[in-house]
Amino acid sequence: MNTNGAVVNATDVTRRYGEGEAAVDALRGVSLAVAPGELVAVMGPSGSGKSTLMHILAGLDKPTSGEVWVDGESITSMGDTELTKLRRRSIGFVFQFFNLLPMLNAEENVVLPLSIAGEKPDKQWLDELMAKTGLRDRRTHRPSELSGGQAQRVAIARALVSRPAIVFADEPTGNLDSKTSGEILQLMRDSVDTLGQTTVMVTHESRAAAIADRVLFLADGLIVDERKDISAADVVSLMQSLDS
Amino acid sequence: MLQVALKGLAGRKLRAFLTGFAIVLGVAMVSGTFVLTDTLKAGFGEIFTSVYKSTDAVITGRSAIGNGNSGNIAPSLPASLLAKVRSLPDVAAVQGGVSDQAQLVGRDGKVISNGFAPGLAFSVNTKGTQQFNPLVLVSGSWPRGSHEIAIDQSTADKQHFAVGNTIGAVARGPVQQYRITGIVKLGNVSSIGGATMAIFDLPTAQTIFGKEGKLDGIDVAAKQGISPAKLVAEIKPILPRIAQVRSGTQQAAKQVQDTSAATSFLQKFLLAFGGIALFVGIFVIANTLSITIAQRAREFGTLRTLGATRRQVMTSVIVEGGVIGVLASVSGLFIGLGIAKGLEALFVSFGIDLPHGNTIFATRTVIVSLVVGTVVTVLASLLPALRATRVEPIAAVREGALPPSRLTRFGIPAAAGTMAVAIALLLFGGLAKGATGTERLLAIGLGVVASFIGMALAAPRFVPPLASTLGWPGAHVGGVSGSLARENAMRNPARTASTAAALMIGLALVTAVGVLASGIKATFEHAVDTQFLGDYALTSENGFTPTGVASENAVRKVPGVQVVSGVRAGEARAFGSHINVTGVEPNVGRVIKITWVSGGPGVPAALGRAGAFVSSTYAKDHHLALGSRLPIELPTGQTVPLAVQGVFKAPNGGSPFGNVTISTSLFDRIYQEPQNVFAFVDMAGGVSPANTGALTSALASFPDAKVQTESAFKKQQESGINVFLNLLYVLLSLSILVSLFGIVNTLVLSVFERTRELGMLRAVGMTRRQTRRMIRHESVVTALIGASLGIPLGVGLALLVGEALGSFTIAIPWGTLIVFVIAAIIAGLLAAIFPARRAARLNILAALQYE
Ligand SMILES: Nc1ncnc2c1ncn2[C@@H]1O[C@H](COP(=O)(O)OP(=O)(O)OP(=O)(O)O)[C@@H](O)[C@H]1O
Ligand SMILES: [Mg+2]
Repeated sequence: MNTNGAVVNATDVTRRYGEGEAAVDALRGVSLAVAPGELVAVMGPSGSGKSTLMHILAGLDKPTSGEVWVDGESITSMGDTELTKLRRRSIGFVFQFFNLLPMLNAEENVVLPLSIAGEKPDKQWLDELMAKTGLRDRRTHRPSELSGGQAQRVAIARALVSRPAIVFADEPTGNLDSKTSGEILQLMRDSVDTLGQTTVMVTHESRAAAIADRVLFLADGLIVDERKDISAADVVSLMQSLDS
Repeated sequence: MLQVALKGLAGRKLRAFLTGFAIVLGVAMVSGTFVLTDTLKAGFGEIFTSVYKSTDAVITGRSAIGNGNSGNIAPSLPASLLAKVRSLPDVAAVQGGVSDQAQLVGRDGKVISNGFAPGLAFSVNTKGTQQFNPLVLVSGSWPRGSHEIAIDQSTADKQHFAVGNTIGAVARGPVQQYRITGIVKLGNVSSIGGATMAIFDLPTAQTIFGKEGKLDGIDVAAKQGISPAKLVAEIKPILPRIAQVRSGTQQAAKQVQDTSAATSFLQKFLLAFGGIALFVGIFVIANTLSITIAQRAREFGTLRTLGATRRQVMTSVIVEGGVIGVLASVSGLFIGLGIAKGLEALFVSFGIDLPHGNTIFATRTVIVSLVVGTVVTVLASLLPALRATRVEPIAAVREGALPPSRLTRFGIPAAAGTMAVAIALLLFGGLAKGATGTERLLAIGLGVVASFIGMALAAPRFVPPLASTLGWPGAHVGGVSGSLARENAMRNPARTASTAAALMIGLALVTAVGVLASGIKATFEHAVDTQFLGDYALTSENGFTPTGVASENAVRKVPGVQVVSGVRAGEARAFGSHINVTGVEPNVGRVIKITWVSGGPGVPAALGRAGAFVSSTYAKDHHLALGSRLPIELPTGQTVPLAVQGVFKAPNGGSPFGNVTISTSLFDRIYQEPQNVFAFVDMAGGVSPANTGALTSALASFPDAKVQTESAFKKQQESGINVFLNLLYVLLSLSILVSLFGIVNTLVLSVFERTRELGMLRAVGMTRRQTRRMIRHESVVTALIGASLGIPLGVGLALLVGEALGSFTIAIPWGTLIVFVIAAIIAGLLAAIFPARRAARLNILAALQYE
């Protein structure tokens, strides 16, 4: 096993949906490594395979071929229970549609992964997390009493609460207005800077790309470009060239 | 629009199936009941038609006081009548016979008995033709003389008897051994149920049944060209008062009619359980449709933005209900065939083995089942359909639930009102002395239904606190699964409430039945405890058929026996109505404690040939006091003048005595075949193994009789109640099964509704096992809510009914109630299996992307 200290490592991953004539190759040989403390953005046109890649990296889906390591373990041949435990321990998720449980309050939603694992949250860490995500005075609110931005903060806190090796976020700002999106992106950046939280984020926003340490560009199931410290303007032009 | 409804239904096959299932069982019960009772009726018809097939006219005894409570109480005919009939001009042939009851004895020395089925005995004419004989020989020959017998084929097969073997039979006296000369069957009849048949030649039958010089029936054949009607008319004038004549067909029809009272009672009884299952089904369907409609708010909103009217929306829901109803009814109709077989097996296992012919699937069965099932489903879909009309077009674009049902706003006042109506109806049903039995039963039935509806209306208010309490153990033991389950159960109180309400109905009914039965048993036990002074009771083997007086006499000779006192029973008419007459011996007071209101302990010994004592309630109803004249009319038409010499007070649980009690010396004189219902025995040394052994060996040649201690006697007498109780439990479990499907439906729909949540939970680390546990816990909490509503309601109903019955000891069977709670938990676990599996198998990715 050689993962070179990377938190996530993928080699030559392909994913084919369906069979025969109707088969779709969503990924056609993707290799990547995510280093600890890195914020990686994944961009690309619609249908390029971004979500598919993330699902495979997170162990929610299996590649047709290739191998994936997370936190030093090969996940490609893990069974469901093993994978579930790995997700609990090592992976955090932020979804586009928040996906909070309506009958739990904000804090209960945040600690849910720990509850599922049968663990008690560390009080100090929880306070810090709630403060960092700006939810201190929203702790007992139900999801229906939260704004979209607040709900997504709860979701981010939930992803961070178990101090996972890696957080995956699929279009975390896809359902938010521009101002709130900015705040959420800032929060993601913050968690990388202050907590050293390794993060992979799929996004359509050029702003998001600009705050990332590295941007991977996906087109038609392949990584076609990779940039470090790219500006928002560069991202826009690059994306336009990929779209055409 | 109609197409949208139907396409939608086709797209939700599983849901339609689950919804429909709630009605399938009820319809199956209805259809099964009809099939079963029709088949039984046909079975009886087959038997009687076969018995009287070759007879033009039948002369039988006629009870002067009409039919008895305990079946045929007609007196026998004088044998001299035979010659008179034979000499009539149009009579070609006559034959007299005796029919009675005798029990066959198996190789183990015990009487062969199939539950409640009778041991029949007939005489055959061994000389001449068998033109009147409905029996046919399967093997061997007809019995001749006092040591020969023929038995029925089914008993021979089951007990492994063949021609040439010896078999015991008990009639009035001790067991007698007979050589089997023939195995017989009744024409082409497929089944005579669990009855056994013992066939003797006429003189033997007359001797063993004490009917020397008597006949129970005379078959008559007309001369060529003479119609049965003409023959009947010719016979009629020469008959004594205690005889009657009918043509063969009339007689068969009459006997079928006599049994049809029983089959039609059975029909109503079983249909009631079908009705209960359908009622529960209404709850389940209404709830299931409500949930689906809530989930489809967006779909309805979209339809409305596209221009569908409220009416169209409503129609589409009702059409959906109707289609489900028709499909479910058709399935139920055919499953009913299986249910009929199941019911029959059930009855047989409870000792009720009835004759049955070929399975009858009548048009009426088809029509009633289809109509009932469809109408009930459409009715159940009305409320949900109304709710669907309240979806605003804006729902198309809003992530939105349905506005809360208008009913919930009026929930508490409506519940209180319905409950008040329920209690009023129950009180009327229980206490209104002026009303007829049917009116009172109807009032009680409606009252019970109203109480269910009232509870169901109030239930949403109870759900949050109940779920919170009942979910507590799960939340503390089951970890996050337990606490999420508790939250889920409280999330939509109306939904949880109606799901639980369906289970509540079944549980309330079994509880009410259980509490009432335990009250009845407690009352009975108390009655035995206060009256039973002797050491042993001598009864028939099964405890309810009478036994010959000979067994009492056998016991009397046992050394150490101090008192043996038999109680005879018969029927008569007094003051225009049927009464039970008992005969007691002078020493009865030494074995039974009698509480005298007037007269005293000397009464039984002083009854003589004209004295009687009566119960205080009978005395009150007929204004009897010491010295009152009390003439009773016997089945033979004879009137016996009696005078009241004592009045006693029977305890609440009843006494061994009938309305009127006379001395055995008078009883044995006026009744044709005196038999004991019980005899009580007092022995030196009381109950001891030695005494029990001595009595049992004295009864060695009376396999139909046995001695029991007081507690064994109580147990046996209660076993009848227990059989009935268990039968009720089994039949009520059908409605519990329906409500179980209600829980399955709700859970499946909830899982479906919470797909994305489940996906998220799985994504953040919930294992399949935890997911299953979460659903299971929610199911158990729902079931327990049903139990905590249903069990108290059932106790309340039983107390009200018990109060109405009056003179009734309340005994709450705590053990049974705990069993019901455990049963509810098991029901919850079972109901969760399928939904939990679905939840655990959800594809996480699909679930997350699901909208
Ligand atoms: N379950 C599936 N079955 C068949 N094809 C699929 C499935 N999921 C995705 N695809 C196909 O795989 C390709 C990649 O899909 P994916 O969802 O990864 O794209 P994406 O880059 O996330 O797009 P978007 O930006 O629109 O979210 C697409 O062509 C899509 O149609
Ligand atoms: Mg995507």
